[in-house]
Amino acid sequence: MRLKRLYMILTFATTTDAMAAEKFCLDNGIGGRLIPVPQEISAGCGLAWRMAPEDFLLLEQLHDKWSFIIEASREIMM
Amino acid sequence: MIYFDNAATTLQKPPAVGAAVLEALQSLGNAGRGAHEPTLKAARVIYDARVKLAKLLGAVPSRIAFTCNATEALNSVLQRLFAPGDHVLTTVCEHNSVLRPLYLAEANGIEVTHLQADTLGRIDYADLEKNLRPQTKAVVITHASNLTGNVTDLQRVSEFTHKHGLLLVVDASQTAGSLPIDAVKTGIDILCFTGHKGLMGPQGTGGVYVRQGLTPRPFKVGGSGVHSFLTTHPAEMPTVLEAGTLNGHGIAGLNAALDFLLATGIETIHTHEDKLMRRFVQGVQHFPEVKLYGDYQAAERAAIVSLNIGAMDSGAVSDMLWEDYKICVRAGAHCAPLLHHHFGTEQQGAVRFSFGCFNTEAEVDIAVKAVKEIVLQYAQESRD
Repeated sequence: MRLKRLYMILTFATTTDAMAAEKFCLDNGIGGRLIPVPQEISAGCGLAWRMAPEDFLLLEQLHDKWSFIIEASREIMM
Repeated sequence: MIYFDNAATTLQKPPAVGAAVLEALQSLGNAGRGAHEPTLKAARVIYDARVKLAKLLGAVPSRIAFTCNATEALNSVLQRLFAPGDHVLTTVCEHNSVLRPLYLAEANGIEVTHLQADTLGRIDYADLEKNLRPQTKAVVITHASNLTGNVTDLQRVSEFTHKHGLLLVVDASQTAGSLPIDAVKTGIDILCFTGHKGLMGPQGTGGVYVRQGLTPRPFKVGGSGVHSFLTTHPAEMPTVLEAGTLNGHGIAGLNAALDFLLATGIETIHTHEDKLMRRFVQGVQHFPEVKLYGDYQAAERAAIVSLNIGAMDSGAVSDMLWEDYKICVRAGAHCAPLLHHHFGTEQQGAVRFSFGCFNTEAEVDIAVKAVKEIVLQYAQESRD
């Protein structure tokens, strides 16, 4: 059984943004992975980037280099 | 076999293209339709291809949408860009993939002016100003004619469109992958391309670049993989122009072709193709029976040579080239009816030789010899 823990969840308006975010994080050694958008954020479908809150801080530090747009970000226990 | 029909589709692709398609067929899910590994793999391949196309065109990845081909790209744009009363400038040099969507637009109340060409198939850029109206909204123009190989000076057209606040829509079917294009620097608003010609990807691939700040209206609506409960299709690029499952398998092949193009360099490919084209022209132009269509003195050209031999049916010439020499060329009207009207070749058509990245000088020399023999045979028969 999975143990629940706190994650930062990032959502995107397009799959292209989600893929750009994944590439950016991987290229910069920032942890996380793509998951289906949790229902707490949005019903329907789409990709979200799930990461540890401390990794989100690293990502924010590189904000001026982002090549993607984050639609929403939210911390969720999951 | 010698393949000189690269303006229709490139037959010889980098070997990695076929391998990538096969690998994709066996491993890709549906991009953007879930988060398991096969679907993510598909999304990564498509994003990778988007990034490379953006690099090739001087754009950012999110402004490149994939389509099935240039025709779909052009329809996506031309059928949704204008409103009744708008006026559009285009040219007689266009392919039917531009002409027919604009004829459809005309039927819906949009006015279209076709700029004329001179004896070499060149437009007069001064005609842009002369045909400008208060209602003019855009210039829709090919980067290179698929019949003559004449190249449009896009910088010059862009200066005109920017001066008058018009949109510049470019059909790059014959140039993407064969001639350097920087869409952003050139000031192009929309650029449509196919994946299976100069880009050397599989058929069923293509796309459209839309500049930042320009919001296209969707041509097709449907599955998007995001915002499923919206009753309207998402408005963001590239999703707005990508309704339905993308051709992930084809795009995987295109992605491999883009690796080859970026590693080789478009300038290098263009130099090679240009050299072959000029070698062929030099070999055939002195025959009095050979009539060439296009401006062969121009410094910049697509690697296309269209010709006729006396009054011979272009289809008969192309058939002789295939049957007797195993040379593949394209005869007929090339989906360029207005330019054929202009040259008076509606009945005869023309024989088009189009050179590609993997063609050689030895192949060109064989084609020159073949044309010479057909010319001699024609001259002999004309005398008898």
